[in-house]
Amino acid sequence: MNDNLKKALFDYLLWMGDTALVLGHRLSEWCGHGPILEEDIALTNIALDLIGQARYYYSYAGEVDGTGKSEDQLAYMRDVLAYHNSLLVEQPNGDFAFTMVRQFLFTAFSYHLQDALLSSSDERIRSVAEKAIKEVTYHLRHSSDWIIRLGDGTDESHKKVQEAIDNIWMFVDDLFLTLPSDKLLVGAKVIPEMAAIRQKWEGTVKSVLEEATLKQPMASYMMKGGREGKHTEHLGHILAELQFLPRAYPDAKW
Amino acid sequence: MNTEQQIWDYLEEVKDPEIPVLSVLDLGIVRNIQVDADGALVTITPTYTGCPATHIIEEDIRSKLKEKGVINFNIKTVISPAWTTDWITEEGRRKLKDYGIAPPESNTPDKSLLSNKPKVVHCPRCNSLNTEMKSFFGSTPCKSLYVCNDCKEPFDYFKCL
Repeated sequence: MNDNLKKALFDYLLWMGDTALVLGHRLSEWCGHGPILEEDIALTNIALDLIGQARYYYSYAGEVDGTGKSEDQLAYMRDVLAYHNSLLVEQPNGDFAFTMVRQFLFTAFSYHLQDALLSSSDERIRSVAEKAIKEVTYHLRHSSDWIIRLGDGTDESHKKVQEAIDNIWMFVDDLFLTLPSDKLLVGAKVIPEMAAIRQKWEGTVKSVLEEATLKQPMASYMMKGGREGKHTEHLGHILAELQFLPRAYPDAKW
Repeated sequence: MNTEQQIWDYLEEVKDPEIPVLSVLDLGIVRNIQVDADGALVTITPTYTGCPATHIIEEDIRSKLKEKGVINFNIKTVISPAWTTDWITEEGRRKLKDYGIAPPESNTPDKSLLSNKPKVVHCPRCNSLNTEMKSFFGSTPCKSLYVCNDCKEPFDYFKCL
């Protein structure tokens, strides 16, 4: 693998890892606060799966990079500008409807992406996808069920979930943001074309929203830049909490 | 020098930290054991990506082998092929049921999971099929929460992966 391709792969792996870690952290904030016990458990189960995925991507990134950086170094020792996660996942939990909409939009994306990565030319990415797709299938079923239940539920639940969709929609395009270096990876068949993922994602979102009697918002201003390190103000607050301990007590051990 | 069979036998004594009736062999976590002049190589695979028990299982294998006097060994973790509930042995399924956890019903999830109704699961206590899924996600990442409408007992179901 030449250096340009390595750098492109490293950036891609960081994006995948950071996105999984940040969303996993957000879901973990629900621990002890879920509206019902089953949901408390579901959200934290999903958080664990996501943090597990992040670990796979970080450990591979550390190898590709050649610097031998560990998962912990990558997760704890980078600041906001060096984080590459998609903007959608760093948005605060809000109410349960908002969390579920964020979860559904992301999971539908993750499902189609992992499905495509099953045929990656890169063996490591393929094997992570092989493992992740099984879990993400459960995640997608879970969040789709909730969107339909809330959307096609009471007037109040319908109103809340529609508001959540309208408010979060501006971060949708950023999920599909590509870097110029992605072309190298697409060329080497390591990753799929993002346009193909978007098309499948739109199909899934459309069918679930229709069943939920919800409206997809009209296209308007879209905020983009997560993969380029341009974040909303919320990421800094997440990292302050997530990174405090290993930064304040670098030698701390369990 | 220990033989491969001896090491398999030792590992039968290593239990899953969350489901202590099952050994790591019942679960299909140990994929391969190879012994050569350099020592033993134990290949394991994690069940769920985020299962917090993964690390503990590796440590438990390590201390069991040390306890048995195996000196030269390495543990290698592989994630491909991905672990599936199909690898839980018949013996493992029986132990699960006796323990009060409904074993996975047949095969791994496929895309039908996205549209179909949850699986019909036997109650591990009264064998009734009149059971209902309460939540896909249960007390650990590998389980769903069910309730039996006949004996009224809630129970865990080891979900297919």
